[in-house]
Amino acid sequence: MLKILKYSFYDLIRSRWSYVYFLFYLLLGFVLLFLNNDVSKAVITLMNVIIVLVPLIGTIFGIMYYYNSKEFTELLLAQPIKRSSIFLGQYLGVAGSLTMSLVLGLGIPFVLYGLFKSDAIFDFTLLLVTGAFLTMIFTALSFNIALSNENKIKGFGYAVLLWLFLAVIYDGLFLMSLIIFKEYPLDSFSLAATMFNPIDLSRTLILLKLDISALLGYTGAVFKQFFGTNQGLIISILMLILWTILPIWRLIYKSKKKDF
Amino acid sequence: MIQVENIYKKFGKNEVLKGVNLEINEGGIYAVLGPNGSGKTTLIKSVLGMVVPNKGNISVSGKSINKNWKYRQEINYLPQIANFPGNLKVKELIRMIKDLRQMPSDENQLIEQFHLEPFLDKKLSTLSGGTKQKVNIVLAFMFNCPLLILDEPTTGLDPASLISLKKLIQHAKGNKKTILITSHIMQFVAEVADEIVYLLEGKIYFKGSIKELKTMTNQADLEHAIAAIATTPTDA
Repeated sequence: MLKILKYSFYDLIRSRWSYVYFLFYLLLGFVLLFLNNDVSKAVITLMNVIIVLVPLIGTIFGIMYYYNSKEFTELLLAQPIKRSSIFLGQYLGVAGSLTMSLVLGLGIPFVLYGLFKSDAIFDFTLLLVTGAFLTMIFTALSFNIALSNENKIKGFGYAVLLWLFLAVIYDGLFLMSLIIFKEYPLDSFSLAATMFNPIDLSRTLILLKLDISALLGYTGAVFKQFFGTNQGLIISILMLILWTILPIWRLIYKSKKKDF
Repeated sequence: MIQVENIYKKFGKNEVLKGVNLEINEGGIYAVLGPNGSGKTTLIKSVLGMVVPNKGNISVSGKSINKNWKYRQEINYLPQIANFPGNLKVKELIRMIKDLRQMPSDENQLIEQFHLEPFLDKKLSTLSGGTKQKVNIVLAFMFNCPLLILDEPTTGLDPASLISLKKLIQHAKGNKKTILITSHIMQFVAEVADEIVYLLEGKIYFKGSIKELKTMTNQADLEHAIAAIATTPTDA
């Protein structure tokens, strides 16, 4: 598996898009720090960008890489390599290189600005960890979609729809249901609804850590009231891990049964 | 070498293999023939483990291939359509496959034989179909494995390379290797094959030597014998 990972990783590192993605974060980091002049405030702004953008990039890169490396996959399948190693290696190659672009792209400006002397270092680290999780989750989801759809256009469509649903539509539906059912106790419903969306989960997680009650919103407040800050953090991280493992597991399971 | 027992495979509603039984002994050249869509490639891919059959069992060298991947160390495969990752150079591709297989290889001699030196630093996406096929051949022949599976090896080759390919196949046969070939070029099959396996509508319709095929169909040459086979009643 490590060899496949190596080749996929190098392949992506050499591609132009990894640099574009890296440079984008680098620029974003510097600009935000200049405009805000404050690490903590920059972290909040970054959160809003990361939570929408990272899943989108993870989805699109994942789906494009899978379809583009079809030939590579076919070549590997005839070699003495385990199937799960092929797909897991490719997946980790994509997720790894995206995570690296994110961590380096944002890390460099913040370190240069004096992150290590600031109190926001834990907030910032949590932001990067969440970003890494979102990359892993959405790349895994997009690989799953690609594996189940031979048709590129269909696969791409489903992947973008998935992102749109989780990033935008889900929140809308959630809010609407809160308004419609406002007469009823909604605590457990909103807790569950947050758990089922990795993007909402990440947002709640970061806001809990930042402890800004004005931004917490309804779910955040319920989360905090229900679990307390620390327990809430642990539960949401556990949920993120579950969100990562399940699609990877399905990826391995499905790949074993597929015909090429 | 290879035992195929009662293999069934369906793609959606399309039943491609309907109970194939085949035994391939060690050593010799076997040609798997059949009209388009008769399931030749599906059969070969099932042996390679790229296609998972719905029913039945396949074993290579006495071991079942189900949930097994190590047996592929003994197989060299030449795919029908040479699809390579386009952004790699020929040299990098060869190095990568060597790295993945970790076996002794003799690619330099093959590169020379097929005059591939000028292309080593070119990207695979820029190569012509015939040159890609030559790279394909180099990859398939550079390891010393007891089983060779060649799916349409002659596609796109010029006459000189075709002669080289035939030499390679004969050389491999001399080394007691088992070679499985599919081809539509009957002249090529007649020249190299020891035995014919004829697939029709997902079943083995005929298995035997070229001579047996000719006597069975009462035809003087292989091309006509193959064309006549489907209309001749057999007990094979």
